[in-house]
Amino acid sequence: MGARVITITSGKGGVGKTTVTANLGVALAMRGQRVVVIDADIGLRNLDVMLGLENRIVYDLVDVVENRCRLRQAMVRDKRLQELYLLPAAQTRDKTAVRPEDMVRVCDELRDSFDFLLVDSPAGIEQGFRNAVAPADEVLIVTNPEVAAVRDADRVIGLIEAEGKGPARLIINRLKPDLVRRGDMLNTDAVIELLAIDLIGIIPEDEAVITAANTGRPVAFTDNSLAGRAFHDIARRLLGEEVPFGPLKEPGFLGRLLRWMRAEGEESP
Amino acid sequence: MKLLDRLLHRQEPPSGEIARERLRLVLAHDRANISPGLLEVLKDEIIAVISRHVPIDPEGVQVTYTEGPRVNRLVADIPLQTGRRPRGG
Repeated sequence: MGARVITITSGKGGVGKTTVTANLGVALAMRGQRVVVIDADIGLRNLDVMLGLENRIVYDLVDVVENRCRLRQAMVRDKRLQELYLLPAAQTRDKTAVRPEDMVRVCDELRDSFDFLLVDSPAGIEQGFRNAVAPADEVLIVTNPEVAAVRDADRVIGLIEAEGKGPARLIINRLKPDLVRRGDMLNTDAVIELLAIDLIGIIPEDEAVITAANTGRPVAFTDNSLAGRAFHDIARRLLGEEVPFGPLKEPGFLGRLLRWMRAEGEESP
Repeated sequence: MKLLDRLLHRQEPPSGEIARERLRLVLAHDRANISPGLLEVLKDEIIAVISRHVPIDPEGVQVTYTEGPRVNRLVADIPLQTGRRPRGG
């Protein structure tokens, strides 16, 4: 049995693959899962800085593949959590340094000792993408509610199906509820209908994600941001829980008052 | 908001709706690997073939690609040239 290998990909760059990978890694590890996040973006590594682990890297994925170190030596443990590890990409090489069968071998070596291996795919549909998808048991597609990102997501969904890795599930990232309400952004239903795949999460646009990237402490570490809670919802869904799609906006004054009154009501018998 | 738009006679639908429509078309063409350019080529060749046998109105010819629930189709709409047709009797 062993770990589930989940690849996070998107086609288009800049939609938030690395942010999603880092946060799902954190959220799953906080739920007691043993997790390795693997950066498959050789030459443009970023997962390390998202997690604030950039100063602790000694070896990387290419060192492992080329037998300069053992797999365990390349893995960086996130000290903030019990069981979260990063397998970093090489920064000075390119995608041809790793082959799909190398990724399969590395993941197979880790399967017995972990619950989740999250593979952060590079953008595009070339070798880096094929490397990232090769070991996958499941695929998550990240998109933004905009024309170019949805179009590329559709292309990638087709490729995943052709590889026999489907059906992929969808994460809609950076949704702006106010724009949707005004009719000036694709809404969730439209995106799902166009792409015809299952949704596993909606992450609202949230400034907390930017400050988290600045500090190297992903939003999922706390539940005081909307995005952080949305990432935990995805983690719970991955673990098989039925989680309703929650609110995408902080409640206004009245909403908070109502929530407070309800909470008070529940406490008194 | 919608009511306000209607009162102000705003012509354009909201941009999210435009995005959805554009994507619907783009994805259909991407998936079938049938570009709008290819449809133009098909149209020209269909006009050439058919008008060798039947007089048609080349300006009115439309070739479109549509995605259906079961089957995707190419639909060619070819208006015949309007001439006085002999009636029986």
